[in-house]
Amino acid sequence: MLAFLEQTGRRGVRAFDELGYATVLLGESLFWTLFGRRWRQPVRFASVVAQMMHVGIEALPIATLLAAAIGFMLAVQSLYSLGLFGAESFAHVGIALALIREFSPLIIGILMAGRSGSALAARISTMTINQEVDALHTIGINPVRFLVAPALLAMVIMLPALAMWANLIGLGAAGLLVSSSLDITMAAFVTNTIEVLSPGDILHGLGKSVLFAVLIAIIASVNGSRVRGGSDGVGRVTTRSVVHAISAIIVADMIFGFLATT
Amino acid sequence: MTIEHAQTIPFGDAHAPSESAVAVRGLNAHFGATQVLYDLELTIRPSEIMVIMGGSGSGKSTFLRHLIGLEQPSSGTIELLGKDITQLGPVEMLDQRRRIGVAFQGGALFSSLSVAENIKLPLREHTQLDEKTMDIMARMKLEVVNLAGFGDHMPSELSGGMLKRAAVARAIATDPKLLFFDEPSAGLDPVVSAALDELIVRLRDAMQMTIVVVTHEIHSAFKIADRITILDQGRIVEVGTPEEVRNSPNQRIQGLLNRRPDETPLDPEEYLRRLSGDDQGLDDRTRTRHV
Ligand SMILES: Nc1ncnc2c1ncn2[C@@H]1O[C@H](COP(=O)(O)OP(=O)(O)OP(=O)(O)O)[C@@H](O)[C@H]1O
Ligand SMILES: [Mg+2]
Repeated sequence: MLAFLEQTGRRGVRAFDELGYATVLLGESLFWTLFGRRWRQPVRFASVVAQMMHVGIEALPIATLLAAAIGFMLAVQSLYSLGLFGAESFAHVGIALALIREFSPLIIGILMAGRSGSALAARISTMTINQEVDALHTIGINPVRFLVAPALLAMVIMLPALAMWANLIGLGAAGLLVSSSLDITMAAFVTNTIEVLSPGDILHGLGKSVLFAVLIAIIASVNGSRVRGGSDGVGRVTTRSVVHAISAIIVADMIFGFLATT
Repeated sequence: MTIEHAQTIPFGDAHAPSESAVAVRGLNAHFGATQVLYDLELTIRPSEIMVIMGGSGSGKSTFLRHLIGLEQPSSGTIELLGKDITQLGPVEMLDQRRRIGVAFQGGALFSSLSVAENIKLPLREHTQLDEKTMDIMARMKLEVVNLAGFGDHMPSELSGGMLKRAAVARAIATDPKLLFFDEPSAGLDPVVSAALDELIVRLRDAMQMTIVVVTHEIHSAFKIADRITILDQGRIVEVGTPEEVRNSPNQRIQGLLNRRPDETPLDPEEYLRRLSGDDQGLDDRTRTRHV
């Protein structure tokens, strides 16, 4: 019992500790991005672009596939559930709102946590173990501005961009199914959809995407830099960072959705 | 054994103590509540090769991490090339870092960059040199460490000894006056290790660098050192020429030199507990560095 309490206490302290460190990391990343040049710690444009290629462009094929599948799945479910009331003709309302406000950011967020969050955690932890992070310090390069800030910026730019792309693909896939089963034209589906969407819905989705990107990058960096042990430690923190990031995304999604709609 | 390069040592005992490349005063260091370094006092003269030795757990790595500014002491001052690094602001520290090179144990080359890019990174950060000049500098440094032609290789394509030499090339990229080595011979076969020892002596002779080496390789320590510092349980117990250290009456130093095991007996129960993986206590000891 005592051991259990101690265990829980230890975890609690660690979680609190990590939350504090996450805040520091985020603050530092923003600081170097904005004022790095003045302190001779510039966040280099080239490394942000390189990261954007990794986290964004290289994820395009899989993001496209997932978005199409989600759009199609949403269409199937909407047609079915609305069909129970004979209201299939309103299917586009649910599909568009669910996709743009909810599913695109969520799916792309989870994809990015699995693809890029894990890669970032693995990179930082490997570099920590190999003393490359120490080497950065001794060369006079702040590791946060060199490793964390470019990845954070790249994700904050690319996650919303990919989510917008997923909106297009998802709606397209849904449109194909809806228009063929309701016997309307694709153009009619598009007009109907645009009619129900407000800029607020798009912003809602984009806001979430930015929030998710920050969560993924910071959680990966915190876990990566807390590595202990050798290569098995890298595996551990990488897994941990993906699990934490996906959990954080889902919980944040709920809180964001609640706060933004009430 | 004789010290072959004794005649090249460009200083005498008459030198004023203020003329120092490294001056450590009253250095105390703690990890949490446990003290690991006690009141260290050490002066290293310009162009001197100082080897820091000691048994496992004696505090060598911790001392080195303080010397290169990776760790802040709980008290004391560390003067490198006349500047107390415990008091420097971030931008002054950058200028200081440029005058100091560090070669890490495993090389610590950035695995995503080619060898030449690794060497150019400090130049990129600290100078306004154009790409061509940096290429030339990188090639020159690679030649110094006998790695000419390996600039386009990735670190993963190099052997252990080559990695360490590449790390030296990166460490001297900005022509520092002070060079730190962490365990240069660790994990190398004797021939490769001897070549690295030679390189260290050559760097000092050719570029008048002050070189601080942390090692537990007794043989190579006695070969390259002008003076040796012996750490024991977080305290400096001896500073002297290899001859003085060899003739020291201190029992623990003799034990270290003759590879006699530490006299503190191993607690078998503690050992078993560690073996069985119940290593709660180890958690706080293991290094967790923030990026
Ligand atoms: N991060 C840390 N947290 C807590 N204690 C530490 C930490 N790092 C080292 N120590 C302790 O400090 C003491 C000195 O360790 P250090 O690594 O400096 O020894 P060392 O001389 O380098 O040993 P070795 O030859 O085995 O590398 C040891 O008792 C060690 O347990
Ligand atoms: Mg050590």
